[in-house]
Amino acid sequence: MKDPYETLGVNRSATDKEIKDAFKKLARKFHPDLHPGDKEAEIKFKDISAANDLLKDKEKRRRFDAGEIDASGAERPNERFYRDFADGPAYASHAAQDGFANNEELEAFLARAFAGGGRRSQGTFRARGQDVSYVLPVGFLDVAKGATRTITLPEGKTLQVTIPEGAEDRQMLRLKEQGMPGFGGGPAGDAYVELHVEPHPFFNRKDDNIHVEVPVTLREAVLGARIEVPTIGGPVAVTVPKGSNTGTTLRLRDRGIRNRKSGQRGHQMINLKVILPAAEEPELVAFLETWQPKTQQDPRKEMLP
Amino acid sequence: MMRVDDLVAAISSLQRSDLETWIREEWVVPRQEAGTLLFTDMECARVRLICTLHYELEIDAETLPVVLSLVDQLYDTRQRLLSLTAAVAAQDQAVQAAIIAAMEPNGESSHGDTP
Repeated sequence: MKDPYETLGVNRSATDKEIKDAFKKLARKFHPDLHPGDKEAEIKFKDISAANDLLKDKEKRRRFDAGEIDASGAERPNERFYRDFADGPAYASHAAQDGFANNEELEAFLARAFAGGGRRSQGTFRARGQDVSYVLPVGFLDVAKGATRTITLPEGKTLQVTIPEGAEDRQMLRLKEQGMPGFGGGPAGDAYVELHVEPHPFFNRKDDNIHVEVPVTLREAVLGARIEVPTIGGPVAVTVPKGSNTGTTLRLRDRGIRNRKSGQRGHQMINLKVILPAAEEPELVAFLETWQPKTQQDPRKEMLP
Repeated sequence: MMRVDDLVAAISSLQRSDLETWIREEWVVPRQEAGTLLFTDMECARVRLICTLHYELEIDAETLPVVLSLVDQLYDTRQRLLSLTAAVAAQDQAVQAAIIAAMEPNGESSHGDTP
């Protein structure tokens, strides 16, 4: 189930205008009829349209936000795009004479002729198999650190999927020639795997940085302490400075996600949260009753008239 | 095959008056049978495309014909390439290899600069 807000890349409080703008931007980029040679475009555009259909309708959006309906109701019935007609052999009958000339073949030919593909020399024309697409749910840490998963297809075939370190939610992986078999000795189609990253109980990802809220005791916060905190690579010791407070942020350099392009790691941001003792502490109570703070403190001053 | 009424009913955003304009401007070309306009599946898909461009991507009526003309040229060019591909496919392997070699930007038979 895709989250329509995530699909459009807007947050849940987005205005109608923000939703519309996000949709327009993505639709320009992925409308299949405007990108006849791009196979992924159709899959992406269907998701984008479904998300937009749901969120642009006030009533549907309200019901989705309230949890009354899920995103599945918004999926569009199989729509046939203009390119399915205008870009296929049925359009220009002269192009379809030998029955196996199609736009897949055109793409293959163009790729070989213009991109200087390596298989040029043996060149005979055969038909590629169909592409297939799957959704693969993956754990937060699998994506953070990279992993290998095996998926079993409905036909019983298994696929090895290498999840690249630092992959992102909704990222599409292309497994070359892992789709349907080709014809006449032609190559198989490709398999497209869309990663759906499951949320983690305490790690949150923002770009390459990992955010985590870490509780500290009153004593640790007031006196300072050396504590162990979880990171995606395992526990790491950090120093909580004397006089830390809820909301104090500590940064662990290079403990975030490795950026796929630059190879640099992001950071882990630790957001401290001071917690009071769980059990009764009569001495603490007695101390506070007699305690005269040096500075008077009014933490709600800004909030009240 | 769909009639004007069917299309207006099937596509919720579509305004009948707009569709009539598009027909008049020949952005879509339905068949006429016994006084009734009939849209093939392909023309229906084209109407849907125009609806998306106009109502959702907000391409205005002035600019729309420019976009459609470019889209038509794009598909026409791809059709020609498809015919060419089919023609190349019908040749024997030596001829195919020679054609592809000749298209290679760094190949011996290329002239001019590569981009």
